[in-house]
Formats: sequence, C-alpha cells, structure tokens
Amino acid sequence: MTEENKLPSGHTRIDSLEMRGITKRFPGVLASDNVNFDVKSGEVHALLGENGAGKSTLMKILYGMYEPSEGEIFLNGKKITIDTPTDAINHGIGMIHQHFMLVETLTVAENVALGLPSSRGFLTDLDKVSARILELADIYGLEIDPEAYIWQLSVGQQQRVEIIKALYRGAALLILDEPTAVLTPQEVDEFFVIMRQMVADGHGLIFISHKLHEIMNICDRVTILRDGAKVGTRNIADITKSELANWMVGREVSMTRELEEIERGPSRLSIENLSCDNERELPAVKNVSLNIYSGEILGLAGISGNGQRELAESITGLREITGGKVLLEDEDITNARPGEVTKRMLSYIPEERMRDGMIKDFSIAENMVLREHHIPPFAEKGFLKLKKIASHSDELIKKFRVKTPSRETKAGTLSGGNIQKVVLAREISRNPRVLIAAQPTRGLDVGATEYVHEQLLEQRRDGTAIMMISEDLDEVMALSDRIAVICEGEIMGIVERADATPQKLGLMMAGESGE
Amino acid sequence: MRLKFDSVIDALLPVFATFAALGVGAIMLMALQVSPVEAYSALWEGAFGSKNAIAETLVKATPLLLVGLGICIAFRANVINIGAEGQMIIGGLMATQVGLVFTDLPGWVVIIMAIFAGFLGGAIWGGIPGALKAYFGVNEILSTVMMNAIAVQIMNFMLRGPMMDPAQLEKASKIPQTARLAEAFRLPRLVPTRLHLGFVFAIALAVLVYVLLWRTTLGYRIRAVGQNPHASRYGGIRVRRRIVTALLLSGAFAGIAGAIQVYGVNYRMITDGSSTGFTGGAGFNGIVAALFGQLHPIGTIPASIFFGALLVGANKMQRVVQIPAALITALNGLVVIFVVSSELWRRRRQKQRLLVDEGGEPPPSESPKTEKGASASEEVMA
Repeated sequence: MTEENKLPSGHTRIDSLEMRGITKRFPGVLASDNVNFDVKSGEVHALLGENGAGKSTLMKILYGMYEPSEGEIFLNGKKITIDTPTDAINHGIGMIHQHFMLVETLTVAENVALGLPSSRGFLTDLDKVSARILELADIYGLEIDPEAYIWQLSVGQQQRVEIIKALYRGAALLILDEPTAVLTPQEVDEFFVIMRQMVADGHGLIFISHKLHEIMNICDRVTILRDGAKVGTRNIADITKSELANWMVGREVSMTRELEEIERGPSRLSIENLSCDNERELPAVKNVSLNIYSGEILGLAGISGNGQRELAESITGLREITGGKVLLEDEDITNARPGEVTKRMLSYIPEERMRDGMIKDFSIAENMVLREHHIPPFAEKGFLKLKKIASHSDELIKKFRVKTPSRETKAGTLSGGNIQKVVLAREISRNPRVLIAAQPTRGLDVGATEYVHEQLLEQRRDGTAIMMISEDLDEVMALSDRIAVICEGEIMGIVERADATPQKLGLMMAGESGE
Repeated sequence: MRLKFDSVIDALLPVFATFAALGVGAIMLMALQVSPVEAYSALWEGAFGSKNAIAETLVKATPLLLVGLGICIAFRANVINIGAEGQMIIGGLMATQVGLVFTDLPGWVVIIMAIFAGFLGGAIWGGIPGALKAYFGVNEILSTVMMNAIAVQIMNFMLRGPMMDPAQLEKASKIPQTARLAEAFRLPRLVPTRLHLGFVFAIALAVLVYVLLWRTTLGYRIRAVGQNPHASRYGGIRVRRRIVTALLLSGAFAGIAGAIQVYGVNYRMITDGSSTGFTGGAGFNGIVAALFGQLHPIGTIPASIFFGALLVGANKMQRVVQIPAALITALNGLVVIFVVSSELWRRRRQKQRLLVDEGGEPPPSESPKTEKGASASEEVMA
C-alpha cells in the first residue's frame, strides 16, 4: 500500500465504488429496479427522487441493512458482498442517518467509542479516543469538544459527532441521508465547508437531498431515481438548475384530462399571511396567502419537505400558527382546536395516513367515525350509537369498495390502498365545505389512484373547495383548476390550469418566482 | 372451522401457561423435598375446598378486581399506573373518615358516601400524576410510585394523630388505628361467611367499566389516545385531558377498593407502617390480575379470582407441607411470567394467521420504518 491511496485520516481511500444492476423486491413492490450507481473518490454524488423512488432502499443495500434481490457491488474494481452494517464499515463505508444515532446522556468520546473494542480490555480507553477525535477534528476542521455531552450540543454539532464517529471507524465513503433537512441555513453553510474539505481530501460522498439549490451548490454529479428505476446520471457542470428541475419532473404528462367546466363559487377558505414553524422551531411556512374557492381544486405543487405538511397541519389546527389568519368562509379558525375545525366541516386527508389518519388497532367501523365519534348520529349523551356506527361503516365500505372481511377487521391489517379508501370515505362522506388532501395517492397502485382522483373530482362537482397537496406533477396538472407552487415555505406563484407547463412549474419548484 | 379452533386455543393459552408455571413450581417443590401433588392439593383445598375457603378466595379477589379495573382503564390509555397502593390508602382514609364523622346517618347512606369518598380520594391520588404527565411530561411510573410512599406516610401520620382511636389515645399501647366503624355501616355479608356485598359490587363495576370503555365516547377516546395519540389529536380528541382522565379514573377504582376493604373486611384502618399492611399488596397484584385478564374488565373477573385463590390457597399449602412463604411469592411470579409470555405468543400466532389469510403478503404499508405499536402490557414488562 502506497502513501497515495491513504486519506488524511490514515485510512485507505476508496477510489471507486460501483453498484451494478441492483434490484430489490419486497412482497408486491419493486423497490429498486436494476439500478447502476457509482461514486468516485473526491466527488459528491447526489441522489435525487420523490419519496418512495427508491433512494433509501438503494442506500440501505449499500450499507448492509437490506440484502439485494439481484445485483453486485464492486469496490475499487473488486466484487464485495455487504451483509451487515459492520461489513460496510469494515469496507470503509459510513452512513450519517437523518435521525442521529447518539446517546444523549453520554459524552462525544463515549459515543464514538460505543460498540468498539477498547485497547485496554475491560477498561475504557477514552483518553486515547479523545486524542484521536481531536486529531480527526483538526484534519477536517470539525470543531468539537470530546468531553461535551451530546445533550449540550446543537443539532449541527451533533451531526459533526456523527461524521467523526464514521471517520473514526475508518469511513472513506460517506452516505449522507438528507443531512441538511434538520439544519438552519447557517449550519448548512458550515456543513458544506466540511463536505468540501472531505472531498478535497479524497473522500467520496453520496448526498441525498430534496433541495435543488443545494445539489447545484455542492455536488459534482447527480443521479435521479423514479419508481425504483434510474432515470439517468448527469454532471452538475453540464446542467443548469432549471434543466435539473425539468429533468426531475419533466416526464411526458400522460394523464391529460379535460376538467369538467364548473362555475367557480365563492371563496371558502382564505389563508392570509400564514406562518408556522416546524418541529425544530425553524420557520417552515412563511407568509403564505391563498384563497380556495367552492368547486375548484387548488393544486399545491412542490418538492416534499418544503412546508406542505406544516401548512396543512396549521390550517387543520394540528400545528400552532405563529402569524397570519385562516378564515373558513367568514369564520376565523386561526389556531382553532382540531375538533372545532372538524365541526366546521373542514376535512383533511393527512399525508402520513398510517400515523395521523387512522388507528391501526381500532376496527374499520371505529376508524370510520374517528372525527365524529362524539356527535350525533354516532353518539348521544356520551354513549356511542354502535348500530348507527355499524350501518354507517357498512355503507361506506360498500360505496367506497373497501376490500375487507368485515367492518370489525382491524384497520392496520388492510392494504395501503384500502386504508386510504377508509380515510377518504370518512373525510368525503361528511360533505365537507373544504377538503385538504395531502399526497392523496402516494404509495397507491394505478387502480386506487384513479379511484381517489374520481372521488376528488366528484367532490369538486359538489362544490367543495379542495386543496390537493402533491409532489406528483402529473397528478397536479391533471386535476387542478389552479396550481400554487411552494418552495422553502413560500408560495412562488399561482398558475392557471391553461398556463401550466411542467417546465414552468419545475422552475418554480426549484425556487424561481412564477412572475 | 379452523378459525374457531384457533380462537379456542387462544383463549386457553393462559390456562396452559398457568399449568406450565405450576410444572416449574413442582420442580422447585421437589427440590425442597416436598411432594408437589400433596402441595398442590393443599393449595386447591385451601382455595376452593369448603364454603369458607371459597368465600375467603372471593374476599381476597375483591380488591384485586377493583384495582384491576382501574388498571384496565389506565393501560388502555397507555398510561402505566403503579400507584394503586397509594390510591387505595387515600381512598380508604377518606372513606373511614366519613364513617367516623357521620355517625348519626343511616347505614346505607354512610356506605354510599364512603364509597364516593374512596372514589374521590383515589381520583385525587391518581389525577395528580396524570396531570404531571400530561402537562409537564413527568413519567407516570415514577410519580405514581412516589405517590405511594407519600400516601403511606400520610396514613401513618393520620392513624397516629388526627384519626387515632380515642380509646388508644388513653391507653399506653397507642396502636396506630382508627376507632371501629359502627355495626350499621358494615357491608352486609352474603352468606354466613366473610364474603360481603363488596364482591358483587365489584362485579357490577366490571360490567360498568366494560360499558365505559367500549360503549361511550369517553372510552373510545381513552382507547384512541392509548393506541395512537397523533390520530387522536387529528380526530379532535384532547389527548392531555384524556390522559388525566384515565389516571384519575384508574386511581378512583383503587380508591373504591380501599373503601371496600375498610367497610367489608377490616371495619377500621390500621397500619403496620407499610402500605401492604393495609392493602395486602392488592395495589400491585391487581396489575397482574388485569394483565392476566388481558386488560379486559370482564376477563379481569376470573383473573382476580384466580389470583385470590392462589393467595388464599398458598396459606394452606404453607401450613400443610411446611415450605417457606417465599416460595409462594416465587410461584406467583412464575405464573405471571408464563402468562405474559403466552400473550406474546398468542399475538404472533394471530399475525401469522393474518399473513396466511392474505396469501402470504404482509400489508405493503408495513414498511420497516413503521413505528411499532408496543402495547401497554409489553411495555410494562420490558
């Protein structure tokens, strides 16, 4: 081994890593479809795609968490197998997970040493570990105190601990799973400095992100995945941001659909200068103003993670609004409780329907009345009207063609499409004034998707004001009367159906103003 | 057809598990050079061998059942109440005070008031940790255990001071106990044994708790909060309030257990300085009974009787075959471990059956990332 293929950390460089023909099948799902992917020393390779496009699956295979159904991995031209994360680490592959794997009550040095053999047998060798951490920190410009406790550190600093942990274990190649999602803009800048240093030193980095400007800023190459398959790989130098946006979303719009002419009614929901924060108390939605009219579908397009979920939750009372107002016709529902919002006939199909939309261990019948379990006809004087609930759910199961042995079946045992039908049935059957549907067809097969679309159009015909949040541009363009585009918590503009092109929307999704 | 057979097996699993536990217990008995047959027949004899034995078993089962009902409510809301001992004590103290103050009222009025006082005392003692959990994020396991310690000291203070039997005050012995309740205030006995009306009352409450949990909006909410707080919030349920309600009701049932213990068995409160001196450990054993009854109020009825029998029968067994009392505790523990393990087994069987029914395909939504909905019983045993 010569000095040239050593990294400053002392570990061996990975000159190239190649994944060839990777296929991963889950029961009924093709999560990864014959994907080729490679990273070289000294480059940042971005992996881009919608949720469920297969990015995580591919990376979990590389890190030894999943076994591929087919395909091979080559390290510096030699075929290797990776069965466990330990194998991956031994080959010099490290992964920084989106959710940190740190023990809060331990120090930095203790976290780094965790799970590794000590040079002193049963006794810890934390002094040695600390010295090595400081050495690594010096080489890579990672300022960190090995004696500090994790809970004392900011999220940005915790991320550095994760990087040090990987470097300490000899990582030459790092998988960064949405590393910037949890960082403030300042922390992102600092993080990019670290990334550049590592690349200059000969590390290879795989960067997963939804944010196009970050990819343009930091990456050398980008690979786009869609539905588990690779769309292509390009050099960042050869592509502009708008081209990248178009490429990501610019498939042939396959589902051109003539929307029935409906006279637009009065404004049902008006959102005025609404702002709210995300879980980390960083601004997620900034001064958003929208009007949704009776009998229209307003599509809210955007790459996921740009404030859509927070916007929907703040309208429906699940998230605190920090500024602005929400009016349902002329009633102010700003920061009203979810129960109040429900009572005013605003329906919501949440994005994470398994977590937010239903109770897995409750029967279908019980889930059908989740929002109205306390009001007539399903309850009177504090008692549930079980017969009424039963007949109501039988009716909905039939009408919405939910495939289930009976109404008493636990909802969690249904398939994804049938679960969405239950949620849809519950929310739509109330004849709501306003319907907010977040990613209503994500993860559904073609048949179920078509069914959901028909139901949304049926609601539109009935005069419901609908906001449909989706990152699927085909869907947005096929169903919406108007399309608003959100990027980093701000509305980039609203486009009329007739004026919408994938190119135009793609640009706006990338952060360019629509005007 | 197969389904029916499977569900029969499922229902019998705890019974099999119990036999398995007794089997391991038999090995322990043999190690002590005691005949297991002799020991177990003594146990059976002690628990069900005579009218008196059966009555004793049911008397022992009564506080287990009442506490267990409260545990069903709390655990269904995914709140772990380890504070039934303290809640029983406070309920018992308040109920006793009613009987000592309102000596002029008719018996049935005082009994009703006393049960209500027990309810109130337990509710306060459960509601405090409930509010601490809901609004300040205080772990309810810790706070309910701590509240037990506080309750014991309050009991010791009250029985040595303000509530002490005036007769004891005059005597030199100064036994820390209250005066005896008037004869009219005692819960009527059902047959000429120690079995009192409290047992029937507890059975009626079990039915009531069943109705509460599955037939009322409050019960729906409590169960929803326990299963999925996110979806509950979305469904308009005020999660924090329901957590408080669940612990408050849970404590209230333990409080009633305390009141019944005073009015049906002891007719006064007396302390040996510990909580078990008053409760007989029902505050903890009630948890076991509820888990054994699969956190179902109706299932908790036979479960309580079973543990009542084990406790009563063990006394006899100890006398007959001369074994250390510690072995009884060990036997109790064995039963719990086996039954709780069989519950996990049953769940796995259920899941497998589902997979078979769906043609071997797990629901596609069940991604590896999906958070596991650990049930209360799994969590408390972990």
